[in-house]
Amino acid sequence: MTEDVHDIRLRVNGIQHTARVPARRLLSDCLRHDLGLTGTHVGCEHGVCGACTVLVDGRPVRSCLMLAVSAAQHADITTVEGLAAADGTPHPVQQAFAECHALQCGFCTPGFLTLVAAYLRDNPDPGEDDAREAVTGNLCRCTGYQNIVAAVLRAAEITRGQDGVPRARPPAEEGRVPEAGGGRP
Amino acid sequence: MKPPPFAYHAPTDLDEAVGLLAEAGDEGKVLAGGQSLIPLLNMRLAAPRVLVDINAVAGLEDIRVDAAGVRVGARVRHAELEADTAAAEAVPLLGQGLRLVAHPVIRNRGTTVGSIAHADPSAEMPAVLALLEGAVEVRGRAGTRTVPAAEFVTGPMETALAPGEIAVAARFPRPRPGTGTAFVETARRNGDYALCGAAAAVTLGADGRITAARCCLISVAPVPLVVDLTDHLAGRTARLGDLDGAAAAAAEQADPEDDIHAGADYRRHLARVLTARALARAAAAAPAAVADTYTGASR
Ligand SMILES: Cc1cc2nc3c(=O)[nH]c(=O)nc-3n(C[C@H](O)[C@H](O)[C@H](O)COP(=O)(O)OP(=O)(O)OC[C@H]3O[C@@H](n4cnc5c(N)ncnc54)[C@H](O)[C@@H]3O)c2cc1C
Ligand code: FES
Ligand code: FES
Repeated sequence: MTEDVHDIRLRVNGIQHTARVPARRLLSDCLRHDLGLTGTHVGCEHGVCGACTVLVDGRPVRSCLMLAVSAAQHADITTVEGLAAADGTPHPVQQAFAECHALQCGFCTPGFLTLVAAYLRDNPDPGEDDAREAVTGNLCRCTGYQNIVAAVLRAAEITRGQDGVPRARPPAEEGRVPEAGGGRP
Repeated sequence: MKPPPFAYHAPTDLDEAVGLLAEAGDEGKVLAGGQSLIPLLNMRLAAPRVLVDINAVAGLEDIRVDAAGVRVGARVRHAELEADTAAAEAVPLLGQGLRLVAHPVIRNRGTTVGSIAHADPSAEMPAVLALLEGAVEVRGRAGTRTVPAAEFVTGPMETALAPGEIAVAARFPRPRPGTGTAFVETARRNGDYALCGAAAAVTLGADGRITAARCCLISVAPVPLVVDLTDHLAGRTARLGDLDGAAAAAAEQADPEDDIHAGADYRRHLARVLTARALARAAAAAPAAVADTYTGASR
């Protein structure tokens, strides 16, 4: 049959894109092929590995299980390229993954970074069991997960501004005294 | 591993959606959360000519909680329903089942009604609907009909939905007063489909003894297997020893198959063990007011 082609508008990492895609284009392929955002990786294409995880309206989803045309119904998509600050400062989760050696080949990493960024936004103070549970849906063939779990905990620490590492804050909050009691017991 | 070509429609009106689907007949498919359909397309196990995306259809987005129970619209994601405290309070088995469905990331997109319409014999939510004796509201060109859970799932991935029909909502009734529920399962890895799972509903009388008990098993039969165990358990307490006979009776009705994940014998073993566990937890979860008046042997 002839391809059913659609003109779509997608807002990715704050930037409005347009693309002409066949109906069957997966969001993962649209990001990579049509928009050139190859940070999103594709492993299994049936929802099992998590390498393709992106945030749609802030929530982690599998981009290999979403059509680009359906994604255009949503306001906002964040890929791994959108995690760092505009000046290139890594997101706390990126910093923690580097510090804790939570990657080897790096193939799974974009999926973990987007997943964990959303997880820590909603659960800023996880314990080790919570951290382990949070990443069970994503597969990594290299690390054995220990350092990934450590990185989740470290990212939470960085975000809370412990260890003398400043917490990334919006300008309005600059200079405010960090709230007491934010630390883990 | 890419979908075959299809024509895509994203109507905003239910009648339009039904019209498009009816026109496509056998070759049309509803696209809800896509968490089962898109893997099937990617693996080329399905090749519909027309997809009708219902994610923009108005009127399918609500969770309604009332005296009868919880009505879940076709666009409601597993994660949304899981987070709804009023729904959880009215029908605790919803949350008990939902937390076992895949991973949170899949639940962010997959819909509860879509899971029921997909009718995987290993899926939790068709079992929740079946155990509670709920129903599915179905809309076609001829109008709306209500299909009881027992008639909805007709086989593995087969339902009473005719070509051109959309499941618009699922209705989960509140359990009877004095009833506790539980859902337990065993999977190879966290988030996987269960090798076997058991949901149970146990009703206790004022004396703390069982007045009614039912279970529903998944992954061991072509459809969610509901077994009424009241004859085995009425008048008894919910001590584990007392539950063994009933659990064995339930497992006897299972008809599991060997596959790469587990053998039939192991699944039958799981059916027995998990049924006993689900019954015990369901009884323990029965409302405290009833437990307080209980004076018999300890549970
Ligand atoms: C890695 C992974 C693990 C999973 N693990 C589990 C698990 O452990 N347990 C479990 O239960 N599920 C599991 N799922 C499946 C998940 O729960 C799906 O969300 C669900 O099965 C289908 O819902 P959906 O909204 O995504 O439907 P879709 O994928 O959009 O549709 C599935 C099917 O149902 C039909 N359909 C959907 N909605 C309607 C409707 N309203 N009316 C008529 N037809 C409709 C579609 O046409 C299609 O045939 C898993 C999925 C993945 C990818
Ligand atoms: S590529 Fe999407 S989950 Fe594996
Ligand atoms: S670092 Fe290689 S797969 Fe995770």
